[in-house]
Amino acid sequence: MSRQFTPKVVTANALLEGDVVYLTKQGHWTRQHAEADLIEDAVTAEIRLLEAQALAHEVVGPYLADAVAGKNGPEPVHFREAFRTRGPSNYAHGKQPV
Amino acid sequence: MYAYTDFDRDFLAERNAQFRAQVERRIDGSLTEDEFKPLRLMNGLYLQLHAYMLRVAIPYGTLNAGQMRQLAMIADRWDKGYGHFTTRQNIQYNWPQLRDVPDMLDALGEVGMHAIQTSGNTIRNVTADHFAGAAAEEVADPRPVAELIRQWSTDHPEFQFLPRKFKVAVTGSDQDRAVTAAHDIGLRLVERHGRLGATVLVGGGLGRTPMIGKVLSDYVALDDLLPYLEAVVAVYNLLGRRDNKYKARIKITVHENGIEEIRRLVDAEFAPRKAAFNGADMALLDKIKADFAAPDFTPGAGDFQAHYTDDPVFRSFVDTNTVAHKHRDYAILTVSLKAHGATPGDATSDQMRVLADLAETYAHDELRISHEQNVILPHMPKRHLRAVFDALSQAGLGTANIGLASDIIACPGMDYCALATARSIPVAQEIATRFEELKLEHAVGPLKIKISGCINACGHHHVGHIGILGLDRAGVENYQITLGGDGGPDAVIGERAGPGFAYDEVVDAVERLVRAYLDLRDHADETFLDTYKRLGATPFKAALYPEVKAHAA
Ligand code: HEM
Ligand code: SF4
Repeated sequence: MSRQFTPKVVTANALLEGDVVYLTKQGHWTRQHAEADLIEDAVTAEIRLLEAQALAHEVVGPYLADAVAGKNGPEPVHFREAFRTRGPSNYAHGKQPV
Repeated sequence: MYAYTDFDRDFLAERNAQFRAQVERRIDGSLTEDEFKPLRLMNGLYLQLHAYMLRVAIPYGTLNAGQMRQLAMIADRWDKGYGHFTTRQNIQYNWPQLRDVPDMLDALGEVGMHAIQTSGNTIRNVTADHFAGAAAEEVADPRPVAELIRQWSTDHPEFQFLPRKFKVAVTGSDQDRAVTAAHDIGLRLVERHGRLGATVLVGGGLGRTPMIGKVLSDYVALDDLLPYLEAVVAVYNLLGRRDNKYKARIKITVHENGIEEIRRLVDAEFAPRKAAFNGADMALLDKIKADFAAPDFTPGAGDFQAHYTDDPVFRSFVDTNTVAHKHRDYAILTVSLKAHGATPGDATSDQMRVLADLAETYAHDELRISHEQNVILPHMPKRHLRAVFDALSQAGLGTANIGLASDIIACPGMDYCALATARSIPVAQEIATRFEELKLEHAVGPLKIKISGCINACGHHHVGHIGILGLDRAGVENYQITLGGDGGPDAVIGERAGPGFAYDEVVDAVERLVRAYLDLRDHADETFLDTYKRLGATPFKAALYPEVKAHAA
C-alpha cells in the first residue's frame, strides 16, 4: 500500500426532499450515518462513488466523506459531516432522527 | 404600493408553468442535475446542507398584509412554519420539497411575488432604504426608482449571463440605510437645481475581497438613469473577468481597470444607449410614482404621551425601536426579529400573521423588511403604538433591542448553508443571551455585531462595528474578529483584530471588547464606533488578547 487511506462513506442529498443520505453496502440510500458502508480502500471508494453517480435520479451531488468505525457503525470525522447527520442546531429540525 | 398589471401576472404564470414542467422532467429522470441546476437557480431554488431552500424576493423590502399572510401560509403548508428574512430583503424557506416548489411559486404569484433573479449571475433583487417614504430626512422615496430598475432588469436579455451576481441598492436619504457603498451599484438620490438625480457608486462589495464603492458619477439626472445603468452593466458584462469566479465581480473590474477608465468606457457606452431610450421609461416612472403615493396621514397622537410618561417598559420600547417619521403624529416602528436567544431574522407563521394584522388594522397596510433582518411598520400612528406594543409583546415580538448588541445580523452559516465553514446562528444566539444576562446592552447603546459563516460575507461582518467570521481551522470552528467596520453613509471595512477564537471562546471575547469600550469611552454618549475611531484598535486588541499583553510586559 502506498499512502494511508482514510475510510470513507458515500454521501449525497435526496432528490425529492434534499435530506442528507448515505450509501449502504446493498446500494440503497439511508438517512442514518451509522448504516452507511464504511469503505476501507481507495479503489473501492472510487467504484462506489461511480455507482452512486449512476443513481442520479435518486440523489444530488454524491461525494466521499471521511469517516471512522464507531461502536454502532461509521461515524463522521469532520464537524461539517457531523452537522449533516444532525440537522441545524437552532431547531429540532433534524431530518434524521437523533 | 406597486400594483401588478395583467402583463406582470401573465408573465409570472407562464414562467411558473415552465418551471413546473422542468421540475417534473427532473423527477421523471429526463433532466440530469447538471441540466436542471441552472433552471432551478433561475427560480431561486438552492440545495443547501439539509434541504432545498427557496429564496423569494421582497422588492425594496416592501409588502402589504395580504402578501405577508401568504408568506405565512406558504411557511405552514410547504415548510416548517417559519421563514428567514435576509440582509437582501428576501425571505428564505429552509425546508421545501422539490415537488412542492411550483405550487409555492404559484401561491406567491397570486400576491404578486416571485423568486426570479434571486439567484444566478444576473441583476438580483433591488434593495432600498427600509424607511423609504417615511423617514423625516428623506430627499425622495427611493422605491419608485427601485421599481423602475426592477422592471428594466427583470429578464433583461442582455444581462442574464453576467460574469457574476450583480446587486443594486437605492437610498433616498443621506443616512444611507441601504448600505449602498457595499453594492455593485449603489444609488443615492440627490437633488440638483430642483431636479432629482442620483449619485452613482460602483464596485462596492464584501465577500472575499471587501471593497467600498467608488463614485462613478456624482449626478445622473433621473431621465438618464436607466441608459446610464445599462451602460455600466454593459461595460461590466464585456470587461468583467470570467476566468476566475472569485475575480468576476465588478469591484475587481473597477479595481483592475481604475475608476477613470471605467468612467470613460461607461460614458462612451452611455451616448448611444441614451439615444435608444425614448422617454417611455420616464412615463412609466410617473405611473409607478403614483402607486407609491403616501397614505392619508391622520393627525392626532391620542393618549400616546400619557402612556409614554407612565410606563417605563413602553417608554424603553418606543425609545429603542422607533424613529422620527415625516409626520409628527407618526413614528417608524422597527419590530425586532432578534428576541434574545432566537435565530436572527426568523419569524414564525403566527408572528407573520400578527404583523400582517397589525399593519392592516393600525398602520396603513404597509410592512418592510430591513437589511438588518427586522420587520418595520413604516407608517405607525403614535395613537396606536400602545395597542401595537401590547400585541407584539404577546406574540414574542416586543423585544426592545433595535441597534443594540443583541440586534445581530447572522447568515445561516453551517446550520443550513452548503458553503459554510462554521456556524453563525448559535454564536449570535449566545451573544444575545449573554448580553441579556448582563443587562448591559442599553448602557452600551448603538452597537452593530454581524456574523458570517464563511468568507462570502452574507452576514456583512466587514461592516459590523464588531464583525465575526467563522472559519474552519484544521477541522475545528474558529472565529476571526474585525473591528471598526461601518455600513453607514461613510462606509468603512473593519480591520482584522488578530488570531481567531475557538467556538467556546468567541462570546467571552466579544464581552471583553464591550467591557473595554465601557472603560474607554469618554462619556455615555460616545458610541463604540466613536471610541474605536478616537483610540484606534490597540486598546481593543489588548482586551481581546490579554495574554499577549502580559507576555509583552
Ligand atoms: C443559504 C444560502 C446562501 C448561499 C449559498 C449564499 C451564497 C453567497 C455567495 C457565494 C456569496 C459571494 C458572492 C461573490 O462574492 O461573488 C454571497 C454573498 C452575499 N450573500 Fe449570500 N448566500 C446565502 C444566503 C444568504 C443569506 C441568508 C443572506 C442574508 C442574511 C445573504 C446575503 C448575502 C450578501 C449581502 C452578500 C454580499 C456580500 C458582498 O457584498 O459581496 N446570503 N452569498
Ligand atoms: S456567509 Fe457563507 S456560510 Fe454564510 S450564508 Fe453566505 S455563503 Fe453561507
